[in-house]
Amino acid sequence: MNRTKGDEEEYWNSSKFKAFTFDDEDDELSQLKESKRAVNSLRDFVDDDDDDDLERVSWSGEPVGSISWSIRENAGNSMSSHEGREQLKGRNSFSSYAQLPKPASTYSLSSFFKGRARPGSFQSLSDALSDTSAKSYAPELGRPRGEFRDYSNDWSLSDTVRRLHRGKVCSLERFRSLQDKLQLLEEAVSMHDGNVITAVLIFLKRTLSKEILFREMEVRQVALRHLIHFLKEIGDQKMLLDLFRFLDRTEELALSHYREHLNIQDPEKRKEFLKSCIGLPFSGEDSAHIQDHYTLLERQIIIEANDRHLESAGQTEIFRKHPRKASILNMPLVTTLFYSCFYHYTEAEGTFSSPVNLKKTFKIPDKQYVLTALAARAKLRAWHDVDALFTTKNWLGYTKKRAPIGFHRVVEILHKNSAPVQVLQEYINLVEDVDTKLNLATKFKCHDVVIDTCRDLKDRQQLLAYRSKVDKGSAEEEKIDAVLSNSQIRWKN
Amino acid sequence: MALPHRPDAPELPDFSMLKRLARDQLIYLLEQLPGKKDLFIEADLMSPLDRIANVSILKQHEVDKLYKVENKPALSSSEQLCFLVRPRIKNMRYIANLVNADKSAGRTRKYKVIFSPQKFYACEMVLEEEGVYGDVSCDEWAFSLLPLDVDLLSMELPEFFRDYFLEGDQRWINTVAQALHLLSTLYGPFVNCYGLGRCAKMSYELWRRLEEEEDGETKGRRPEIGHVFFLDRDMDFVTALCSQVVYEGLVDDTFRIKCGSVDFGPEVTCSDKSLKVLLNAEDKVFSEIRNEHFSNVFGFLSQKARNLQAQYDRRRGMDIKQMRNFVSQELKGLKQEHRLLSLHIGACESIMKKKTKQDFQELIKTEHALLEGFNIRESTSYIEEHIDRQSYGPEHLLTFSNLRRAGLLTEQAPGDALTAVESKVSKLVMDKAAGKITDAFSSLAKRSNFRAISKKLNLIPRVDGEYDLKVPRDMAYVFSGAYVPLSCRIIEQVLERRSWQGLDEVVRLLSCSELAFTDTTREDKASSESLRLILVVFLGGCTYSEISALRFLGREKGYRFIFLTTAVTNSARLMEAMSEVKA
Repeated sequence: MNRTKGDEEEYWNSSKFKAFTFDDEDDELSQLKESKRAVNSLRDFVDDDDDDDLERVSWSGEPVGSISWSIRENAGNSMSSHEGREQLKGRNSFSSYAQLPKPASTYSLSSFFKGRARPGSFQSLSDALSDTSAKSYAPELGRPRGEFRDYSNDWSLSDTVRRLHRGKVCSLERFRSLQDKLQLLEEAVSMHDGNVITAVLIFLKRTLSKEILFREMEVRQVALRHLIHFLKEIGDQKMLLDLFRFLDRTEELALSHYREHLNIQDPEKRKEFLKSCIGLPFSGEDSAHIQDHYTLLERQIIIEANDRHLESAGQTEIFRKHPRKASILNMPLVTTLFYSCFYHYTEAEGTFSSPVNLKKTFKIPDKQYVLTALAARAKLRAWHDVDALFTTKNWLGYTKKRAPIGFHRVVEILHKNSAPVQVLQEYINLVEDVDTKLNLATKFKCHDVVIDTCRDLKDRQQLLAYRSKVDKGSAEEEKIDAVLSNSQIRWKN
Repeated sequence: MALPHRPDAPELPDFSMLKRLARDQLIYLLEQLPGKKDLFIEADLMSPLDRIANVSILKQHEVDKLYKVENKPALSSSEQLCFLVRPRIKNMRYIANLVNADKSAGRTRKYKVIFSPQKFYACEMVLEEEGVYGDVSCDEWAFSLLPLDVDLLSMELPEFFRDYFLEGDQRWINTVAQALHLLSTLYGPFVNCYGLGRCAKMSYELWRRLEEEEDGETKGRRPEIGHVFFLDRDMDFVTALCSQVVYEGLVDDTFRIKCGSVDFGPEVTCSDKSLKVLLNAEDKVFSEIRNEHFSNVFGFLSQKARNLQAQYDRRRGMDIKQMRNFVSQELKGLKQEHRLLSLHIGACESIMKKKTKQDFQELIKTEHALLEGFNIRESTSYIEEHIDRQSYGPEHLLTFSNLRRAGLLTEQAPGDALTAVESKVSKLVMDKAAGKITDAFSSLAKRSNFRAISKKLNLIPRVDGEYDLKVPRDMAYVFSGAYVPLSCRIIEQVLERRSWQGLDEVVRLLSCSELAFTDTTREDKASSESLRLILVVFLGGCTYSEISALRFLGREKGYRFIFLTTAVTNSARLMEAMSEVKA
């Protein structure tokens, strides 16, 4: 968007796709709007009788009668009154989607699960299933299978694993020698079924000492990954850390320990926990980030306490005008910077909540600082601050405007924050590249900039084209006419 | 506008059978707990369940009230509780707490847990540890294949990606094998199998084992599906991370298609309510634009709108009798079309608005530059700027460590020139998973061989003049003509050769020499029609762009593709799967 037109063309040519652009409002969108008008014009006619083919939809957008809808309805009711649930019944009759097969299946349950012995054709589902005469498609049920019988049988190692794979209960207690246990594991690994591998690992974890288990895992990577994931899932943090320690995986150990902070809600406790993480063996620069994380939370706790007090006291204008939407605790760094640019912009560098202090402490790069400060001040419509952000003085005392992020970016951010045309205009004029400038000015309807630029370029054609876009009888049109009739200008076209 | 299928293209098998099967299995399971019962459903299972059953079916089988499984005490007063859950530890804890609370209150109820698609030993272990094993009966509901569309089967297991590709846990491989086993039982044996990737190989082997153990089942059946292609997601992260520009992909990126349906908010429906819309081949408007590049969609919609207008206008000159016919025969269809048309126009408008706001054009441009490997400096500074604009939190440290483990991010030796591989990461930067910002980019990866593979497989089409997106010439159209999806190109090449012959170099560059396999032994029984029906199994998810690209290939070559994916994914979902959330 900020690229010059020439660049754009060059790009499209060089990479030979059609220059379809997503911000080409003129062509594509107008086409779309036209279709929309056409469709909308029909609405009156269409909507005048009942919408029988529209699905009934509840307030939340769920089709009435769908399961998700019903559950939400239930949750709502259970909060208010229990009796209210009865009202559900009347509405269930709506089948939610047209595509859904009708509830009444043409196949009876028994035909599914018994399987008729008529081989060959598979025209219908029941027939198809009968091909598999041996296997019933009834889900295997937990209880009626008489699983306890299995304990008495001495299944071989591979039979045991096969039975585990089929989801059958199978005692592993017989495998007491280490050799048996490891063979069991190897058999499970060679079958590829992670569920079986984990089943064997659960057994091994219970019947082997940590040292032996860890030692054997170290040379069996597939099993090891399953063990680690299993420990993570069941939340056996202690054993997980022991395992990492044993394996000498110091970085994972550190990260895994650090991860626990996510479970600590209380900010003070979390801060203390983070402090305990600082010395851990993180890889290179991660240590610095952990330190930063701690420092940031420490700051946030101070700022939060202070600002909450200010806000509730109701004496400070900024908090009255713009009440805080959420606590700043545990917010990311840039959000914190934005917050402090919003509420504490003018504070001296010495205070913890001042933006400059944050910038220094966390070594926030210039660009990022400017982007954030700009967004915050523009949001408050503090155009003076915006101006100051880009004003630099040289040693002779002359002021000059500079933007580390490029003025085209500045303009866009200002526009997003609905800056008035006068402000936009000022910054568009600072854009160096003429084409970019012209594009931006056109896009944001800064007529004066467009007109002046065309005049400077002596581009009569473009000015004429622009004239057709401005409102009839407007000041802009007058200005264009004045320029066009100016005989002093030597137009290039 | 969408090209019709070639007349010799095979018919797709009827997958609605899978829905009936799943529904009847569930009913069977519910009947195992006779009498009135309350049903607790895990949130992730609600949408899939909605696709195959509805409240009245559940009520017919004595389900009294429905609750969501969530971390709140249960209010149910029923004597029988049934839980329909994914096999997850946290669900077990929830159930165990509930049972134990009942126990200490001196209350006895019946509890049944139905695991979908299967139970895990770790879950049973938790039940045992919590002292409720035996109080709770456990069943499995093998509902692992949900037909989202006539050619798309989803296992609805987004966690497959993280569990396997990040944690290295192979727990879902059996689920995949079982699903394939079901397919081959219902639709005949598979003739030729190909695969690429470690998970592909293991899934294939376990499936073969199932087939052999139950030998005889598929014997004598005529094969319907001629080729099966197994592909691991980590063979091609690049494609999955690209911003999508075909309509269905864009709708997914913008509104998130969930389980084949999308929630269109008020800004799309132009009213005060949201609307849940099923997106599939039944939607006559959608089915014609789903695979189109977004730039073609407007033209199509306005043409449709004009036609519709003309159809309505016809009523002007009608006499009473004609009018009666019009109302009774055509009006309903027209109204339906009108409704769909205005929805999709609304969606397009909303997409345009959102994308314009997000500098989408710049993003696409950067992605293309990275794919092609030019303007690297500009691209990096673009990405850096976006990193600067991000708000990042410390949990990204953990996310970055995950990305490294999954091979999505590798440290770069200082001084290395940046190459196209960074497209992998440009996305991560966009989709808020970014962090550790200061010099993230200088430490980004290079070790992947994307550049070389791209050259070898001609992924960047060399075209003179303009790429006409209206008349696509190859699969690259799904990315504006800039890039042929690597995953789809591999599939195309292997199908052409019926083997990996001549692709050794590519396979080597993907560091997969041991993991590319072919099994083409049972061709004699196959009809020529079935040999043009191809099942592609995406392990770890596929995107709508990939589906569109292969549908295009199918129309070109007279194939029909069937997609089996562990879940439909996109760049945002891939990144979210890698990020660490608060426990």
